[in-house]
Amino acid sequence: MNRRKKTIFLICVSIIVIFSVFIGGLIIPETALKADFSIKNSSPSLNHIFGTDYMGRDMFLRTIKGMSTSIIIGMVSSFISVVIAVVLGTVAGTFSKYVDGFVCWLIDFVMGIPHIILLILISFALGRGFKGIFIGIAVTHWTSLARIIRGEVIQIKNEQYIKISKKMGKSKFYIMKNHILPFIIPQTIIGGILLFPHAILHEASVTFLGFGLSPETPAIGIILSESMKYITTGYWWLAFFPGLVLIIVVVLFDILGENIKLLINPYTSQE
Amino acid sequence: MNVIKIIFKNSIRMITLLIAVAIASFILVTSSPIDPVQSYVREGVAVSAEQREEIANYWGLYNSPIERFENWGKNILNGDMGTSLIYRKPVSEVIGEKFQSSIILMSISWIISGILGFVLGVIMGVFESSKIDKFIRNICFIISSTPSFWIGMMFLIIFSVKLGWFPIGFSVPIGVSSDNITFSQKLYHAILPAITLSFSSFSNIALHTRAKITEIMKSNYILFAKARGESLFNIIKRHVLRNALIPAVTLQFASISEIFGGSILAEQVFSYPGLGQTAVDAGLRGDIPLLLGIALISSIFVFLGNIIANILYAVLDPKIREGAKYSE
Amino acid sequence: MKNIPEIEIENLSITFKIYEKGLIQKNIKTISNLCLKAYKGEILAVVGSSGSGKSLLAHAIMGILPKNATVTGSIKYKGSELTEKRIHNLRGKEICIIPQSVSYLDPLMKVGSQVMIKNNKSCFEKMRNAFKRYDLCENAEKLYPFQYSGGMARRALISTVEQTEPSVIIADEPTPGLDKQMAYKTMKYFRDFADKGKAVIIITHDIDIAVQYADKVSVFYGGTTLETTKAENFIKGEKYLCHPYTKALYNALPQNGFKPVEGFQPSPYDVFEGCIYYDRCDIRCEKCKENIPIYNFPDGSGFVRCINGY
Repeated sequence: MNRRKKTIFLICVSIIVIFSVFIGGLIIPETALKADFSIKNSSPSLNHIFGTDYMGRDMFLRTIKGMSTSIIIGMVSSFISVVIAVVLGTVAGTFSKYVDGFVCWLIDFVMGIPHIILLILISFALGRGFKGIFIGIAVTHWTSLARIIRGEVIQIKNEQYIKISKKMGKSKFYIMKNHILPFIIPQTIIGGILLFPHAILHEASVTFLGFGLSPETPAIGIILSESMKYITTGYWWLAFFPGLVLIIVVVLFDILGENIKLLINPYTSQE
Repeated sequence: MNVIKIIFKNSIRMITLLIAVAIASFILVTSSPIDPVQSYVREGVAVSAEQREEIANYWGLYNSPIERFENWGKNILNGDMGTSLIYRKPVSEVIGEKFQSSIILMSISWIISGILGFVLGVIMGVFESSKIDKFIRNICFIISSTPSFWIGMMFLIIFSVKLGWFPIGFSVPIGVSSDNITFSQKLYHAILPAITLSFSSFSNIALHTRAKITEIMKSNYILFAKARGESLFNIIKRHVLRNALIPAVTLQFASISEIFGGSILAEQVFSYPGLGQTAVDAGLRGDIPLLLGIALISSIFVFLGNIIANILYAVLDPKIREGAKYSE
Repeated sequence: MKNIPEIEIENLSITFKIYEKGLIQKNIKTISNLCLKAYKGEILAVVGSSGSGKSLLAHAIMGILPKNATVTGSIKYKGSELTEKRIHNLRGKEICIIPQSVSYLDPLMKVGSQVMIKNNKSCFEKMRNAFKRYDLCENAEKLYPFQYSGGMARRALISTVEQTEPSVIIADEPTPGLDKQMAYKTMKYFRDFADKGKAVIIITHDIDIAVQYADKVSVFYGGTTLETTKAENFIKGEKYLCHPYTKALYNALPQNGFKPVEGFQPSPYDVFEGCIYYDRCDIRCEKCKENIPIYNFPDGSGFVRCINGY
């Protein structure tokens, strides 16, 4: 199998797995997660491959459902983050030194508070719950992508054709819309996909700490936080499998991003 | 001269950023719909209107936000961060106390992750695209995709519950008065959380170092060193490490933010009573002064890390240090 | 003694593996069937235009080609094959290279200490003497490469060969970027090396300066050597040169009319049968499309690769 086939193969596999987890979570009915105390805390078996929890709910179904929730949160908030990054990154690169200075200052400012603390603050400000998580992740994850886009824009700006366009009297806005934005789209797509794993991991972390989603919501962070209570009892499967699924999804997103990057980048696509 | 200029410029920047952090955090926590009085007395406990009034007055809840910020800001400048609602002690005292246990944890893992990350990065970079490079790189990728708290949970299950080598949690043995706790006991309780915490940043450091080293290995001066008959070991010692040092140091100080964030999760998993767990408590129970205090302290920490990184960069890089013909 | 060259290269080819469109792997030959002899006490100037892969030749001798390169043919040192293991032990000691620019110096190491191959007293003294000889002041030892001018860097690089007693010195583009006076001075250093009994190979595109100091000139074109001849022939006149390309080069020199050579050098991506200069040659004929023999000059001073012989 040659390199490019392998790249495309990995992209397909990642998409299929992520998509099936996502859809799987949506179609699992609430009734499938009913408590059945007769089988509570049973270890993994053929009937319940991830075991069951203290209420006898199937951990596999809960995990998939939770993962699905996490994917939705991750996608929506990554998307918002990407939009912020693109707007601020291009604005910083295109307009005056002062605008650029302000955006850089803003990036430093957001990076100046450790992510988790900032997420706690935002979640607290918005009264916890879904909204807090969405907004919190959206406004904390745009910084590195914005930096990349800013650098990219500054580089393009120094190209001859932009200078000529400027000399011909085109407005900054025109140049931004017609010359710069199309150029940074590939970077943005890759950046967006690679941003997703961070978003999901932070979502899981904040939910694990007890901020964000209510305890009834099936989310990976909540499942893991719940399993903390049983950790001394030796019910290892309560924590092990949901975490494993989380890692697999995150790794798949990484693979997806890296391989698309390989495909888009004209240098590495030759390797 | 240059170095002094850099310190000055950075300090100014840090002060403006800190003020911004203070304002932003203040706006965030005060705009919360969560009733601090209610979350203070915990849900389910009935509070009489009189009591409520008393508590609210005590915290100045009826003043306008601007007045409150003014008050708070003034007090902060005087070193008074207010009184923690949970601990009923001055915030600075609480933070000081908790910080002591956290700093053990953070510094151990900061050192472990720095050294481990650098060494692995050098190995990967020097032997780029060899089997060992691919092996370590895959491991680093997976670890960086793993939430550190889950790693902590797995450690607990394996080493504490199954094997019983380490305590389940807490920074000190339970039931021993604080005077009798030895340093080694503290260390023993900090080992698992510290290792967990190292996991949250060493893989990133390793991957970044690898990228830098491969770049160095492809440089002309390494090629020339090879042509001069220098051995691989010598090349690494004389050239590779020297050139990798500056970015590594910068990276190491930039990782402080990550370590700080990670410590919150690690402390939560191991019920380690440090700053991180206190932050979570403060957030969950609406202890506004404490939450604000921790947010401020954590960003001071991060900014200090950045400043140190910038200064070290200036000191280590001859181009800036010697100041000759240097333009961006 | 003169019969055994210090370095003898026969039919050297260097191929790189490159990925093409889709996933087809392609080999490109950057150097093909190159022949070269460098004798003791002589300067051999390998001349050719930029981008013709001359530096690769130096890297091939030193055994520092990138991993995706394959080398065929033979490189001999003092009459016996220069294997990978042998060059490993010899490079930096008996065979030294002088690279072309300041980028070959470690940017974070003081120049004095990186010129010293080992950190001991004898190396220090050798370094200090060399610096003195090349007009680098003592202060220059303590400077970093970024504080050096182009000329200073060149001299510092030259002083690296004085750490050991090499019998072969290969200089990669030692003169570009230097003013005329500096360039002559640099060439003079190489002349001194040769006069001390070392074999010097200078890889350059500065034919004008090279022919004034070299003993022999090897004309490099499209990845191979078309002719090796005495340097004096370049001064004596066009009729002493054999290959059409050598003549063209001669006529392109400022003092000989500055006539440009028409056409372009073939790219290593093109596959060639027969003479590599075919497209640009004035006297080409059908036979040029076949294998071109090498004609050695009767006095042993060189050869030409052209069906018209000498």
